[in-house]
Amino acid sequence: MTAQRHKDLIAGRFSSLKVSHGVCLPDSSLEQPWTLESYRSVGGYRALEQVLEGKVDPAGIIDTLKISNIRGRGGAGFPVGVKWSFMPRQSDVQKYVVCNSDEGEPGTCKDRDIMRLNPHALIEGMAIGGYVMGATVGYNYIRGEFHEPYDVMEEAIREAREAGLLGRNILGSGFDFELHNHLGAGAYICGEETALLNSLEGKKGEPRFKPPFPAAFGLYGKPTTINNTESFASVPAIIRGDGNWMDGQWFRGLGVENSGGVKIFSVTGHVDRPGNYEVRMGMPFRELLEMAGGVWKGRRLKAVIPGGSSVPVMPAENILAANMDYSSLQEHGSALGAGSVIVMDETTDMVEVLERIAKFYYEESCGQCTPCREGTGWLYRIIRRINDGRGTPGDLDTLLDVANRIEGRTICALGDAAAWPVQSFLKHFRGEFEDKINRAAHSDVA
Amino acid sequence: MIDRAETTLSEDALAGIQGELDKYPPDRRQSALMAALRIAQDEHGWLSSELIEHVADIVRVPAVRAYEVATFYSMYDLDPVGRHKIEVCTNISCMLRGCDRVVDHLKKRLGIGFNQTTADGKFTLREVECLAACAGAPMMLVGHDYYEDLDEDKIDRILEGLE
Ligand SMILES: Cc1cc2nc3c(=O)[nH]c(=O)nc-3n(C[C@H](O)[C@H](O)[C@H](O)COP(=O)(O)O)c2cc1C
Ligand code: SF4
Ligand code: FES
Repeated sequence: MTAQRHKDLIAGRFSSLKVSHGVCLPDSSLEQPWTLESYRSVGGYRALEQVLEGKVDPAGIIDTLKISNIRGRGGAGFPVGVKWSFMPRQSDVQKYVVCNSDEGEPGTCKDRDIMRLNPHALIEGMAIGGYVMGATVGYNYIRGEFHEPYDVMEEAIREAREAGLLGRNILGSGFDFELHNHLGAGAYICGEETALLNSLEGKKGEPRFKPPFPAAFGLYGKPTTINNTESFASVPAIIRGDGNWMDGQWFRGLGVENSGGVKIFSVTGHVDRPGNYEVRMGMPFRELLEMAGGVWKGRRLKAVIPGGSSVPVMPAENILAANMDYSSLQEHGSALGAGSVIVMDETTDMVEVLERIAKFYYEESCGQCTPCREGTGWLYRIIRRINDGRGTPGDLDTLLDVANRIEGRTICALGDAAAWPVQSFLKHFRGEFEDKINRAAHSDVA
Repeated sequence: MIDRAETTLSEDALAGIQGELDKYPPDRRQSALMAALRIAQDEHGWLSSELIEHVADIVRVPAVRAYEVATFYSMYDLDPVGRHKIEVCTNISCMLRGCDRVVDHLKKRLGIGFNQTTADGKFTLREVECLAACAGAPMMLVGHDYYEDLDEDKIDRILEGLE
């Protein structure tokens, strides 16, 4: 790599960082936040030190996480403290912690920035997780295209190992924890946690039936906890508690009821300042949109997908009334998902957008379940036909019928993820689909 | 350990594969299969069936396991490709910010379509799904490097900088 390219890359690392709260994204005053020295200068690894000095027992940390109200940031929103409590800490079988850095949900680009800008927060969070759950080995599964984040993570792990923060007998505590990065090779489905485990084992990334859940039968059949990058990277700050050690209330108080703390929202699409915004949960959508510079070109808002391509789309009036937290988005007809806010202006062709989304799920279905394998193909072909001006009046009912037959009938949630956009686009923007179909009918006559 | 007597891979590649094997329990060598295939591909440009079988031998897994993995994941190339792989994201955030123009410009400039390679073997062009750089849309991946906030001028400069 040329020196210039290297310089450009480093500068580029900051380009999507717009607002940080110093939890998962680094303090904006730091010049090279990915170094151990920088991370330490803002209190990094103090939480791990406190934990290993034996000032708190693992159950105390789990309580702190429960109080903090942090929910999994990978999409499903399961409480992190509760998940960690499922691990059989006392049993002496080998246990694992696994980080899901596969980041494949369209519209999501936050975990890449956490790894490029703040790798030590992830390392510290995973090491604390290892201690709490009695796991001596961790794997960070990074999507295959992420060469730069992988290199930054490898370097950060090397630094941490050299400083005695990873490896054997960490800080003289008797606790061992090894951490390794595993690079994927291109497959959205590997973001699903059991597919990810199969991929870590060197197999095809096909989801497993659940139960058994990973806490009982995970990597190599051993008890395993899988969390998203942002979930692990939030842990050190929660334990630091802004000076009040182990006080989950601090983090909880940054957010609102049911949605503790801060969250990174990746705001993309038709805004003036796309980027990652680490802000308080419960922020009104209007405010977030304003932070992102508002709808570009002075245009009006038409619709928003608030949590990545698999959550339901929301028309402008619904999202403008909502706050960015789990409950509010649900009340207004969608979900927080991974916090990937895709903004669409008044000129957006909704049929075209849905066609692109449907194509994605069709391409990425692993093919194990018939409803998903066949259904995603049907959805894509019908929507493409409508968009190409070859739609027929019965198509919309067929679409809904196919979507309803996929939903809830598959091994993993990719099936649902393919069905929800179709159902919500038709619910809110049916007119646009009908227009294209009607025009098709007229051109046949002509 | 890896048997160095009969291999078409360099010392560096073998050391890289050994480093990957060391990440996993000794009886879980298959976990290093994805990395071993990647390292072999980086060295040879693409994965021929002989190379896949060779990697399977090194990792000590049945060849059929290596074929399964090589065909399942999209980043393994089972046919020859150009020196530079240009992969343009056309997913939703990139689409909203004009990836069509990026695609048109690349196709015109290179004189090829998706999944084609230029006659001089320099470039292969592909369409890919979201690469998690949506805030820098429209974007493309060239080899290992991300290029974001693309427009026609920027693309020209990037292409000119490639050997
Ligand atoms: C098709 C599919 C793709 C997924 N992709 C991701 C992903 O890229 N990253 C992620 O963290 N979780 C992803 N998930 C969710 C994971 O299965 C899992 O719930 C998550 O990693 C748990 O971590 P958390 O509790 O910290 O959120 C995906 C789920 C499905 C069904
Ligand atoms: S729902 Fe789709 S992606 Fe998930 S296991 Fe079934 S076929 Fe594979
Ligand atoms: S949509 Fe193109 S990088 Fe995410």
